Amino acid sequence: MFSQNPIMNGPNYSFNDAPPKANAPEGARQHRFDPYTDNGGSTLAIAGADFTIMAGDTRLTSGYSINSRYHPKVFKIGGTTADQHDATLVLSVVGFAADGEALKERLDTICKMYRYRHGKPMSVKACAQRLSTILYQKRFFPYYAYAILGGLDDEGRGAVYSYDPVGSYEREQCRAGGAAASLIMPFLDNQVNFKNQYVPGSGEGHALQERERNPLSRGAVEILVKDAFDGAVERHIEVGDGLQMMVITKNGIEEILQPLKRD
Amino acid sequence: MPGFDFSNYNRNAALHARGVPLPKATSTGTTIVGCIFDGGVVIAADTRATSGPIVADKNCEKLHYISPNIWCAGAGTAADTEFTTALISSQLELHSLSTGRKPRVVTCMTLLKQHLFRYQGHIGAYLVVAGVDPTGTHLFTVHAHGSTDKLPYVTMGSGSLAAMSVFETQWKPKMTQDEAVELCSQAIQSGIFNDLGSGSNVDVAVITGEKTVLKRGYVRPNERSQKLKSYIFPKGTTAVLNEKIIRKEDLGNYVSVHELSTTEEGGDKMEVDT
Repeated sequence: MFSQNPIMNGPNYSFNDAPPKANAPEGARQHRFDPYTDNGGSTLAIAGADFTIMAGDTRLTSGYSINSRYHPKVFKIGGTTADQHDATLVLSVVGFAADGEALKERLDTICKMYRYRHGKPMSVKACAQRLSTILYQKRFFPYYAYAILGGLDDEGRGAVYSYDPVGSYEREQCRAGGAAASLIMPFLDNQVNFKNQYVPGSGEGHALQERERNPLSRGAVEILVKDAFDGAVERHIEVGDGLQMMVITKNGIEEILQPLKRD
Repeated sequence: MPGFDFSNYNRNAALHARGVPLPKATSTGTTIVGCIFDGGVVIAADTRATSGPIVADKNCEKLHYISPNIWCAGAGTAADTEFTTALISSQLELHSLSTGRKPRVVTCMTLLKQHLFRYQGHIGAYLVVAGVDPTGTHLFTVHAHGSTDKLPYVTMGSGSLAAMSVFETQWKPKMTQDEAVELCSQAIQSGIFNDLGSGSNVDVAVITGEKTVLKRGYVRPNERSQKLKSYIFPKGTTAVLNEKIIRKEDLGNYVSVHELSTTEEGGDKMEVDT
């Protein structure tokens, strides 16, 4: 139901998955309501030892058209003012832009009200649970958005929570979302979690030792994010124009914008 | 029997009835244009081929050879544009040999439209046909269903609207060759940057009474950026569960081996990303 790239999801030759044929009588007309659009684009989040980086491209598409070359998908959440200068959380949304925007506005309001009532910003853990609830409340008319929430946890470590459109969520080290998720995620598995990498000469066959995971520095993660998006831009038509990055540290949130290919 | 092989038709119809979708063809969701100038005609194309939202080829050739003085730009299903132009190119060569005359652009256009009309649009080839022959300079478009147009400037493919907007604002009668090449290049670039189905480079072909010049990669506005980090793994990083070594001398036991000299290279080298 929510797959973005039909041709990427396996060989597409399953008899059971085939949609049932319409058995409408002659002359019968079906009225439909199509409230969703796929606006393309991709997002990416990586948690470090004492920081989190959230990123997204800034292209907004529908079909073969570019509707905007600068439409942010990554937002600061829960600051006390309109410019969000004292925000501590970042939300990225990709999928249907209007739903993403609506979801961001709702979560931002909730975080602001929490801060006003309790005199402190919402923790990522609390906000993550609240976002899941918001999404599941619309279980049968979902927000068509893949959300990722980033911040620092109670111990000051980087935290990334990723969601499906109906509220299933999980804390992770890294996550790619959106149109080019299937292109970026395997790269992240290999370069962030060192999957399929072994220590040379540490054993024979199955006895080989896996390469040890050590936390990446902020500079290294910024480079991985840029390279991941450059790669996605080369092979996915809906990704491009600009790369927006938010770096969350204990000193606040830093925003970085850099150009991507525009074709 | 010449033509298409329909022997899998019944099997595929049965599979289709059980809900198996058709395999996805590579399409050249494309921008192609053509423009007549004083003394000849220019055609141009972008170089992106797509399969759904994925870029299948970043530098494909959409300018097809028909005869030395007739060239064709193709949009639509990649295989259909390639095979249709090759088929008509062959027929035109034989026709030219039997009549002893140079091939004409109208002949090419008529062969194309008759072939495409016969297949009722199932051959998804959308073409811009251009050339210079003893009767003059010609520029046509041919649609997959068989309809044709004869115009001084034309655009086709998913980027046709973006490209046509450039022609409609900048085209003027009696242009020079350089002006026409520049206008076509601008029209293609408009497609490259504003249409997601088009991208990468601009290819141009200039056809005059004397000769045809194919300018592959006339503009390259989308060079790949340098990676910020090296992704070379230390040797032995990949787990090897078992290995078997076949020495070069023993290869002859499995296949016939011919030594080739490495100095003289035949044909074009394949383009690969490093």
